[in-house]
Amino acid sequence: MTVTAPAPSATQAPANEVLLDFSNVEMTFPDGTIALQGVDLVVKRGEFVTVVGPSGCGKSTLLRIASGLETASQGSAELGTDRIGYVFQDATLLPWRNVTANVELLAELHGESKKDRSVKAKEAIDLVGLNGFEKHLPKALSGGMKMRASLARSLTLDPELFLFDEPFGALDEITRERLNDELIKLFNAKNFAGLFITHSVSEAVYMSTKVVVMSGRPGKIVETFDVPFAQPRDPDIRFTPEYAALVGEVSHALRKGHGHS
Amino acid sequence: MTTISNETTVTDDTGNVEAHPTPELPATLTVSKPRAKKSNLGRWLPPLLVFLVIVGVWYLISLFVLDPHLRFLLPLPQDIIIKGFIDPLSFNALIVALYQTVIVSMLGLAIAIVLGVVWAIAMSQAKWIERSLFPYAVILQCIPILALVPLIGFWFGYEFQSRVLVCVMIALFPMVNNTLFGLQSVDKGHKELFALQGASRSTTLLKLSLPAALPAIFAGMRISAGLAVVGAIVGDQFFRRGTPGLGILISNYSSRLQGEQLFATIITAALFGVVVFWLFGLLGRRAVGKWYDFT
Repeated sequence: MTVTAPAPSATQAPANEVLLDFSNVEMTFPDGTIALQGVDLVVKRGEFVTVVGPSGCGKSTLLRIASGLETASQGSAELGTDRIGYVFQDATLLPWRNVTANVELLAELHGESKKDRSVKAKEAIDLVGLNGFEKHLPKALSGGMKMRASLARSLTLDPELFLFDEPFGALDEITRERLNDELIKLFNAKNFAGLFITHSVSEAVYMSTKVVVMSGRPGKIVETFDVPFAQPRDPDIRFTPEYAALVGEVSHALRKGHGHS
Repeated sequence: MTTISNETTVTDDTGNVEAHPTPELPATLTVSKPRAKKSNLGRWLPPLLVFLVIVGVWYLISLFVLDPHLRFLLPLPQDIIIKGFIDPLSFNALIVALYQTVIVSMLGLAIAIVLGVVWAIAMSQAKWIERSLFPYAVILQCIPILALVPLIGFWFGYEFQSRVLVCVMIALFPMVNNTLFGLQSVDKGHKELFALQGASRSTTLLKLSLPAALPAIFAGMRISAGLAVVGAIVGDQFFRRGTPGLGILISNYSSRLQGEQLFATIITAALFGVVVFWLFGLLGRRAVGKWYDFT
């Protein structure tokens, strides 16, 4: 298959610009469940931060607060931009719209002209490698292609902060690795900041510049790892001892945070 | 969006597991074609056999069970065709009545569709509106129309508009109920997608909720269409003034013991009901069949 690697963004914004700043964020649901407690997290431009943690530890809640879908019970969650992309766990494509119409949706909701959104959709479809499938309805696409379409839809907003809620969780291993590589390419080309939620430690270490490990409920950050590997990532780092060692360390922290020793 | 004019194209030579689903598509099509032929025969043969059995029993009863002077209770099929359908007098009466019934039922249905969808949209906008209005939809469904006949007669007379009103009342509930169900079954992820973009209530309704509710709306339309035909026939029998519809014709023929014409009219009414049901099924498949399995 042909993957298009985009050219680096022409307008490079200042590095180290804080795009997401969580300070002592706490989330208590109406039924009294404490989902998050004392979460401090900063995501800067050029960073790809991945959050790993056991099921139900509040990872998704973290993302929902960042996006504004939920409001933190305590603490502050500040955003440095209003250009936010959000990729859901499911592709959430509208089944009655074909790929192009789905990709155009967000620009359409923002009231952009038909011509503008058509140009943006075409670019985004090129970027995610869905050329030739523009007229396909979602039901004719594989899981991976649906996710690509979903990614393309968010790309039309040209987000500065990209939030990913376990987007590749339901995909098979090969598709997932392939999409990991393509997302890294996009990250390097588009210069956005990423906050990525996943269950998979190897995916987290492979993709991110920083891995944040959360404990079981109530979700707290137990450890943060800087990932030293250079970007753009060489897919072969997956087979290096350094990578394996870091995956081991993160897994260890995850088990500790989950009550295993 | 950032410029991507200097794109480089990289050919990825790893496995193409998810990137090319197209080969699956023709495979599915070629498998389904011969299956469709087989199932067509399987679909039509059993009901055809049942039909032949029914006609056989019909002849038996008509010829050997009924006295000739009582044959109007179940006339011979060929008599129904000749005297009920082909005879010019009967044929003309049938066409005029059918036309009237089509007008009454389809007008009633159209009003029920518009009213039902608007009613459901109103209820979907706020829980308090739903709580306020839904009980009346249920009451409307539960009132025996017969109980309201005198009142409808008093208020709207005994002609065309009262018949239409009966159609509307009978056909309204499935429209309200199905549309509301469709509007409320919108995927949570889709709603959040729209909420994240700050989409207005009306935009969300037009671009998300209504399209998502279309399968349910069309399913409701099909049920309501059948009921509207029933409503037109029933309405005819209560409100007999004005141009006769099939319902009036049925009661006229039955009071005159014209069995052949009576059967022809009943068959016409039944066929009209079937056609309407089929037509709205077809409309539903045309409208949403591409993305929804509308059966």
